[in-house]
Amino acid sequence: MLNCDRIFKLTALAGALLILMLTAGFFLQLGVSSFPVWQRYGLGFLCSTAWDPVAQEYGALPAIVGTLITTALAVGLALPPAFVTALYLLDAPPWARGVLSQGVDLLAAIPSVIYGMWGLFVLVPLLQRGVNALGFEEFTGFGYLSAGVILALMILPYMCAVFRDVFRMTPSMLREAAFGCGCTRWEAAWDIVMRYGIRGIMGGVFIGLGRALGETMAVLFVIGNLNAMPDSLFSAGTTIAATLANNFAEADDQMQSVLFALGLLLLAMSFAVQAISLTYLKRTGKRRGEV
Amino acid sequence: MTGMQNLRRRPLGGRRLLDALFRLASLIALLTALAGMLWIVGTVIRRGADAVNWNFLTAASGPLADSGIGNAILGSVLITLVAALIALPPALAGGCYLAEFGRRGRVAETIRFSANVLMGMPSVLVGLFVYALLVKPMGCSSGLAGSVALAIIMFPVVLRTTEDMLRMVPDSLREAGLALGLTRTRVTLGVIFRAARSGLVTGILLALARVSGETAPLLFTAQWSDNWPQDFCSGPTANLPVLITEYTTNSPYEEIQQAGWGAALVIMAAVLALNIGCRLLLRERHHER
Amino acid sequence: MNAEPTHPIKIAVRHLNFFYGPHHQALFDNNLELETGLVTAVIGPSGCGKSTHLRVYNRIFELYREQRAEGEVLLDGVNLLDPAVDVLELRRRIGMIFQKPTPFPMSVFDNIAYPLKLHFKLSRSELADRVEQALRGASLWDEVKNQLGKSGLALSGGQQQRLCIARTIAAEPEVLLMDEPTSAVDPVATRKIEDLIAELRGRFTVVIVTHNMQQAARISDRTAFFYEGRIVEYGPTERIFTNPTNPRTEAYITGRFS
Repeated sequence: MLNCDRIFKLTALAGALLILMLTAGFFLQLGVSSFPVWQRYGLGFLCSTAWDPVAQEYGALPAIVGTLITTALAVGLALPPAFVTALYLLDAPPWARGVLSQGVDLLAAIPSVIYGMWGLFVLVPLLQRGVNALGFEEFTGFGYLSAGVILALMILPYMCAVFRDVFRMTPSMLREAAFGCGCTRWEAAWDIVMRYGIRGIMGGVFIGLGRALGETMAVLFVIGNLNAMPDSLFSAGTTIAATLANNFAEADDQMQSVLFALGLLLLAMSFAVQAISLTYLKRTGKRRGEV
Repeated sequence: MTGMQNLRRRPLGGRRLLDALFRLASLIALLTALAGMLWIVGTVIRRGADAVNWNFLTAASGPLADSGIGNAILGSVLITLVAALIALPPALAGGCYLAEFGRRGRVAETIRFSANVLMGMPSVLVGLFVYALLVKPMGCSSGLAGSVALAIIMFPVVLRTTEDMLRMVPDSLREAGLALGLTRTRVTLGVIFRAARSGLVTGILLALARVSGETAPLLFTAQWSDNWPQDFCSGPTANLPVLITEYTTNSPYEEIQQAGWGAALVIMAAVLALNIGCRLLLRERHHER
Repeated sequence: MNAEPTHPIKIAVRHLNFFYGPHHQALFDNNLELETGLVTAVIGPSGCGKSTHLRVYNRIFELYREQRAEGEVLLDGVNLLDPAVDVLELRRRIGMIFQKPTPFPMSVFDNIAYPLKLHFKLSRSELADRVEQALRGASLWDEVKNQLGKSGLALSGGQQQRLCIARTIAAEPEVLLMDEPTSAVDPVATRKIEDLIAELRGRFTVVIVTHNMQQAARISDRTAFFYEGRIVEYGPTERIFTNPTNPRTEAYITGRFS
């Protein structure tokens, strides 16, 4: 009988260990496949802006910069509305809370390719007209700005859902205490509820960050896919994920290893976001005596 | 005791104004966000509805006028189901390990961390990984490779859901089972899993809904074809997300783009239906209790 | 039934009815006169409406849309339920302590400074003075003076509750509402809080909800007995506990029902 328990435990452990192997496998595979690139360019690959398939010269800087710009833009644009929407959900009348709350969850479930499609056919022409009217005649509608806006729309429901859950877990007595001191709604939300849930809020921001960082389809359709350094938010550009999706299918061996190297960079960035978020949560948790 | 009379009061007007501004801003933000979201959903429904009819849903894709997306629907269903078949056994086992044997400890913590890393991993990288792992050695892209890619995405999600759901089962139930003289195996499989069944089913369905819309990992693995998925294991297999991508980006023709919207409507409807179904299921369970 | 008041009236409740929803009335025609500087205990079985009654005074119930109060609560002769009364200023004048300690997620110093900064323009040194005064007033200064930068959440339960009292008295309110302030702390901390209430007597008008009758007898000057949303008996604590006129009150204080 005990033997059977042992086998069961080992089977379960094997399933769990598979996850470790997969994670390690990703680093290993991308590392090995991108080895020729590191051998040839060294770390100079990271700061080179070259992208010339004919001369076989490649650099990662434009894609890295593009990834950072679109991610920052997306989080910057999505954070304030996600925050206030979640706060609104806290105080809304019950029917509105129910409808909006479910709606937020459903929107988070819509596949990103649909966001990309909408971006291409609706947002791009719209932004082009709007920005051109402002005097930037050369803006085609494709570029960092469009990618940032689409990503923001995409991560907004995610972040909002996380924030909502954080606010919901604030003890109602704490909110009452804030109002009992004579706080306005804004003061109670900003000074008390947000401080109380700051760890969860940061967690939500990190989730949004991670999604924006690696999102492929929503960006691919609207960023213009130009491997060059940006002149402004209106110029066409690329991100790591978009470069991968755009070039991988037709890539020769040399270019494939370059793309694997870019993939390794993206993996490292996403890993860093995860690790930072986890360390942050652990540290602050300890300081507040929660863990 | 010193009174406050001699102290300068902060005027209430400024604070009230700030509060009013905040309320206004939050309402505007809410309406904007809501409008943007409804706009997206509305566009898909409006443009997609014109394309969808019985022939569109059942015919294979192709250059002809009476072509449809039937092969892509079937392909997507196949790829997703096979992905579930691959991912579920290790994910259930692993979640079971975390919930039943490894609540604390270094190994469990590392596994949890890895699961989180995998969950946050950009899905396009999974495509690269499976390409190097399967497509390149086999020499061709295939629906199976796509399934493996989706399975890798599902795996950590289902694992963590399993852990959470099993943990929600009260310890008293475990103790009661063990006290009856059942083995750990019997208690876990016969009692704990049964108690957590509805939560598990919902979690798995939600994970399925999530991966069924994934596009990036299929771009280099399942790729795309106009055929019905008869060579699932040995050739490019039609599927909805890649079809949408192809139709949207590579075609200047109005009809093709419209077919793309139709496909988008189908996949959105399927994903939302799965999500709403799960929610209703969960709610019903809550009422029962 | 009520004895003649010996102190000026601070709060007068007239015909107060309270509803948790359209079909759920929780208070029925409450009438009460609270005297300035005294400690009034509100007792009664759980669910009798004593907390609900208290939550009308600072209009905290307005956070919840379905809840509604009818009637008048006069604070120094002005009906505080009147929408024209500024609720922010009202809540500065009527402070509240809750069942569980509710320290804000900030340092000990900031916990006290926060409401001060909300309501007053203070220089840095004035602020520090006020914080020290409030902490001394709550008999907490000696315990925390060396750790003012520590998180308020890191204090013990009893210290947290006294921190909340310090936070409330810092804004120099006129009335203190205490909703079972000792229900979540240990006996030693309870004792300290009771001593503190005795010190606050005279400076503030204190209303304390309690389910502990010994506590009510120990610390209060007046006692109101609530039953099923009605005020059954109100008078000097000594009389209520030694010679209640209503048989329900007698049954409750002698422990025949709770």
